[in-house]
Amino acid sequence: MPKITYVDINGARHECNVANGVSVMEGAIANGIDGILAICGGSCACSTCHTYIDPAWVERVGPPGDIEESTLELAYERKPNSRLSCQIEVSDALDGLVVHVAQNDG
Amino acid sequence: MGSHAKAPLVVIGAGQAGQQICDSLRRGGYDGHLMLLGDEASLPYQRPPLSKKFLTGTLEAERLLLRPASYYEQQKIDVHLNTRVVSIDRAQCRLRLESGESLAYSGLALATGTRIRPLNVPGASAADIHYVRSLADGERLAAALTTARRVAVIGGGFIGLEVAAIAREQGREVVLIESLDRLMARAVAPQVSAFYADLHRAHGVELLLNTGVSEIRTTGAEHVVVTSSGAAYTADLVVAGIGVLPNSELAEQAGLACNNGIVVDDCARTSDPLIVAAGDCTWHMNAYLKREFRLESVQNAVDQAKAAAASLLGQPAVYHQVPWFWSDQYDVKLQIAGIGMPHDSAVVRGDPAAKAFSVFCFRDGALVGVDSMNKPADHMAARKLLAQGTALSPAQAGDSTVDLMQVARGT
Repeated sequence: MPKITYVDINGARHECNVANGVSVMEGAIANGIDGILAICGGSCACSTCHTYIDPAWVERVGPPGDIEESTLELAYERKPNSRLSCQIEVSDALDGLVVHVAQNDG
Repeated sequence: MGSHAKAPLVVIGAGQAGQQICDSLRRGGYDGHLMLLGDEASLPYQRPPLSKKFLTGTLEAERLLLRPASYYEQQKIDVHLNTRVVSIDRAQCRLRLESGESLAYSGLALATGTRIRPLNVPGASAADIHYVRSLADGERLAAALTTARRVAVIGGGFIGLEVAAIAREQGREVVLIESLDRLMARAVAPQVSAFYADLHRAHGVELLLNTGVSEIRTTGAEHVVVTSSGAAYTADLVVAGIGVLPNSELAEQAGLACNNGIVVDDCARTSDPLIVAAGDCTWHMNAYLKREFRLESVQNAVDQAKAAAASLLGQPAVYHQVPWFWSDQYDVKLQIAGIGMPHDSAVVRGDPAAKAFSVFCFRDGALVGVDSMNKPADHMAARKLLAQGTALSPAQAGDSTVDLMQVARGT
């Protein structure tokens, strides 16, 4: 099972097993990662699952899709490596992925 | 700390708002005893999927949970499920549970939500009508849909339409009966209602507008739905989505101000200084809308819950957020920003024939709401424009060459 490392909003690193096919957001919720709220339940309608992809992984994860681009306009402190974690599906290719949880504005 | 332990903060209602209140209390630094009481058997879960993907049987109930069980342990949230509160004694600051137990509170949050409005016509109780509100409802309806051949849906609001879409996608025959002259009349612009009527009919739904239900006759597994025009429709499954009622009885009996919901101010405070309320159950002064409202949405539950927690922490902050909402029917994603009804003019942007367009609603010269169909960029720009109060002209709204997000960014 792929391992995803979440660096939470307090800077703590959590290495978690997340099954293929599940979103990075769902993996965060299941593992109690602080800072991922996901209030729209993964329908790409809020921005509370916002993460920054670790520089070493940005190319492999790829850029946001069109709908995600629009939703990222709502994100607090968007950066070039911003992704909504509900839109990233876990697969073997992402084994070892590191994501940094972004702050929401409260 | 000290020999007199303070009574807990208690949250009544383990749904979207209740869970958010707990989360916000812990984030806000409350580390005392925190209790979450819910009358369902499940930990807090997402309701929106219950009328959508959950009905196809391809989504496990566990994936609906807002947080896993471990979250409540880690956050030291003392959860009590299958627990019903029967009365609040505000003078004593105590709750009485159905079990007879009495609980003291130092602060109280009411997040009791709503319950379905039952169809009240002759034959309704014998008709085994399916409603969609709880996980149990969703499980029951998903199971019934697997063997249904012909479904009668009563109510052309979001619930009825979403269920109709799922049923059609499963190849069931569907007749949908709506009493008003258009679909989703409370919530969307007339152009949107018309679009959805066409969409559902194009998918084979038999759609009856301006039609009420006068009676349901049931013989064994067959139901005959008799309409106000005297026509009769047979079905082996009847689903009704005709609205919900706020669970404000506890509050009323306790002497709190209620009016189509538990009355709260713009900081989610009730008429009692120790009691807040949030979510579907509240009638509140909505600071964004500048009028009183009962707003049935995930957005309201979450944002108002944050205000409720802030008030409980003694740091009230006005709940001022742009309402937003979504509905999934077939291959169309409806996203609503603001509240477009009532309006005095509306502008269509995009191409309804291509199932990708938005309706921008204006009142007194200002943009008040936008209904978007498969136009997420319009929706997000609208939310930003509405949140900032940035002016948008009808001409700009209708001109596809105008970049709305740039207008919102002021660039």
